[in-house]
Order: sequence, then C-alpha cells, then structure tokens
Amino acid sequence: MIPTSEPTARLRPGEGAIARLACLVLQPVLTRVVRRVATRHPSLFARLGPHQATDFLIDPVELPFALHLRPDPQALVFRAVPRDTAPQAGATIRGRFLLLLELIDAEQDGDAAFFSRDLEVSGDTEAVVRLRNALDDMDGSLAEEASAMFGAPGRAVLARLRRAYPDATKPQEYA
Amino acid sequence: MSLAELICPAGTPAALRTAVDAGADAVYCGFQDATNARNFPGLNFTPDELAEAVTYAHARGTKVLLALNTYPPAGKVDLWRHAADTGARLGVDAFIVADMGVADYIARTYPGIRLHLSVQAAASSPEAIRYYCENFGVKRVVLPRILTIPEIRQLRREIPCEIETFIFGNHGLMVEGRCSLTNYLTGQSTNMDGVCSPASDVEYVRDADGSMSSQLAGFTIDRFGVDEKAGYPTICKGRYAAPHRPEGYYAFEEPISLNLSRLLPELIEAGVHAFKIEGRQRSKSYVRGVVRAFRAAVDDIKAGREANIADLIALTEGQKQTQGAFETKKWR
Repeated sequence: MIPTSEPTARLRPGEGAIARLACLVLQPVLTRVVRRVATRHPSLFARLGPHQATDFLIDPVELPFALHLRPDPQALVFRAVPRDTAPQAGATIRGRFLLLLELIDAEQDGDAAFFSRDLEVSGDTEAVVRLRNALDDMDGSLAEEASAMFGAPGRAVLARLRRAYPDATKPQEYA
Repeated sequence: MSLAELICPAGTPAALRTAVDAGADAVYCGFQDATNARNFPGLNFTPDELAEAVTYAHARGTKVLLALNTYPPAGKVDLWRHAADTGARLGVDAFIVADMGVADYIARTYPGIRLHLSVQAAASSPEAIRYYCENFGVKRVVLPRILTIPEIRQLRREIPCEIETFIFGNHGLMVEGRCSLTNYLTGQSTNMDGVCSPASDVEYVRDADGSMSSQLAGFTIDRFGVDEKAGYPTICKGRYAAPHRPEGYYAFEEPISLNLSRLLPELIEAGVHAFKIEGRQRSKSYVRGVVRAFRAAVDDIKAGREANIADLIALTEGQKQTQGAFETKKWR
C-alpha cells in the first residue's frame, strides 16, 4: 500500500534543497541512461504510438524528487525534478522506487501491483497502458543495463539498492 | 484422451518468448487491431513480429494460436479475412474464432489449418458446439466458465471435438460475445472493437483520504477504501447502490480471479484436452509465474505425483480467487 502520509506536493523541511541537489547530481546519469535505452530498444517507441509526446511523471514516493519522462525519440526528456516544480503531467505513476524499477524490468506484474494498491496511476490511463506494454516488450533488465554502464560502482549501487528493500516489493517466488 | 495441453497468453513478442521458455505447449496471441478481444493500446503483434514469434515457438516445439475472436461489423469483413490470410501465410497452428462468417472463410480457404471455437462464441450446449463442428470443421471448443465438472464430463461424450477450459485468470461470467455493457457507456464494442473498458475512457481518481475511484467514461463504477484491494475497471465488476442495497454492492460479478489449480486432476479425468491461462494484457512477470506454476503442476499430475501448486494469490484480481462454477454453481 502506498503511504497516504506522503502526498506528492508536500515537502518536509529542507527537502526542497535536497531535492534540487539530487536532481542536479542525477541529471547527467539519467540523460546517459535514457539515450542508451533509446538506442538499444528502438521498437519501444512504436508501442507508445501517439503517447511519445506525453509527459509522464514517475513518482517514487519515498524519494525527495520525481522523474519526468517524455519519450519522444526526436527530443527525449528524462530528468529528475523537485515535486514543487514538476511539470503538468499527462499521466502520473506512483509507487515505491524499487517497485517502479522492478515493473520496468518485468520482475513484478503491474496489474498485481495495482490490485494490491502498491501502484497508483492517474491522468491519461491509455498513456500509462502504452508505456507499460512498451517497456514490458523489452528483453533483459533495464536496471542491470543502466547500472552496467557505470561499471562495478554502478552494479554495487544497484545491489545495495535491492538489499535495502528486503520484503516490501520483492517479486514473488514461484515453484 | 486428455493431453492436458497448456495454452498460454502473450500480449507482446517478449511475453511469447517468456511463455515458450516457461513451458507452454501453445501460445495464443493477436494482431494490433480489432480482430481480437484484447485490442488494447500498445499490445499485440505486427505481422513481422508474429513471423518471428512463430519461428521462435516452432523451433522449441510450441504451437502458436492466432486469436481472431471478435465479430466483424456488417460489410467490414475484409480486416478479419486479411488477418486470416496473414496468419496462414506465417504458419500459425490454429485460428481461434467466434464469428461464423470468419469461421466459414477460414474453413473454405485454409482447410488444413485447425479452427478453435473461442469462448467469445459462448457455445456451451452440445447442439451449439456440434453445429460449429459440422459446418466449419471446428476441432476444439473453449468453454464458457459456467459449467460444472460433471457437466463438462457429460458434454465431452456428446460432442465430436476437443475441450479447452480456462484454469486461471479473469473470471468473466457474462454471456461472452454478447456483453454490451462497455458499448453502453463508451460507444466502443467489446465484441466488434475488441475492447472491454477501453483505457482511453478509464480514469483513476485519488481522494484526499487515500481512497481511489475507478471511472469509466465519467461514471464512477467503484470506489476502493484505503485498505481495500482493487479490481479491473469493468462495469461487470463495478459496485453499485440499489434501492435494496443503498450501501453499494457488486451487482453483477466481483473482482476475483479463477484458479483451478486444485481441480486439474478432475478436469483431466473429465476429458478436458487443454488448459487455458487468461491474461494477454498482463506482464511477462505474470506469464512467467503462472505458466511455470501450471507447467510443474500438470507435469506432476501426468507423472502420477501429487501436484505442488504454487501460491498465485498475489497475481489475482482483488487478490481473491475462486473455483467458480467448476466447483459449484452456487459459488457466489
């Protein structure tokens, strides 16, 4: 369940400054990652159809910033934004960060996360469905791919991130 | 004799490869248009993608079934005929059809390719099923989810074709292929456009207290409290106030999934030839988890072992599951 005590626009004391700093530090990484994904997985744009021009706000509820994605292959936008300056989004996807990451990597099922209320969507539902289907058609792990771009330090960060979420969003094991 | 084939869903080429690798005997899929009943945005296959998928599946001994299971509007059959021509050219192993005109076209044009009767045809009586077998050469019927196992066993004795039953996934009991609820609110037809509750008409609204409303074409069809599990935004699974139930209740159906994992031995004994997993709209994660679980269960049963069924509750709608009418018609 998404904590109701963390509404999107509410900032804790000092969070604004932290968010801005984090966005600044992250931006070069995000730009590199999204360009790499676009180059290696061009077919995902076809599944997005008219929603290549939609502004998506991906909102990891426990982080001090959100992610703004506009998957236009001619003018890709993927940037971290403080919530108080986030653009008006066509569609918003909210959940804990690792859940969002695992949804992208098809380690979790989006419908199941929606049923359990761990995932919340608002705005243009068709845009969200298209993005989900486009990402789900990619082979391999985007998280692994992105972390590998930064060598051993990148992989270590990913491993540490996964260890930091021991239970809440781990994929279910099947026999 | 029942072979207990496992028929698995694929909404994308990646999902198809996942299903094949997880042990599917056959995978069913559709094109990116109104010819199939999961015509959802960003889902399904282009002809080129289907060609690659057929090659991948056949190389691993898995069949590909093409769903052409919607009804062409009068005078607009070309899209369905063209889809059948493309499927035949690409070497699909069977067509899943509902419409008699589509069935007739395929039976006459491609007599060497199997025809399966979709659940969308809502054929559940021996008379109806025999009609399709005798006139179009249908080799298998996908039964609506309204029959008990004794009824299926009796039906098997009275029809000349194989039986396929759903074993997991969406539990829709409306008269399939006839439901017009979506059309009533959105103007789009589940049966002719292939969209039930089109995403373009769906909106989720979060209220200040953390509850969430599902809306379709501007109508609120359910509202989930903070601690409540959610379901799909379909009218048949909406919660409505009525004079006799002013507090609101599930007037038609509930958000719940079918799970027949514990009934597999009885279904095999009743003569069910193939088990269908619903969910072309679901992710690779769902496909991988559910197909693996049922592959292991079916293999255990075939080998005379007790099946060890994995817990799939986390993947069910509303996180609830039922054996539905297969166990008893009093299931609600």
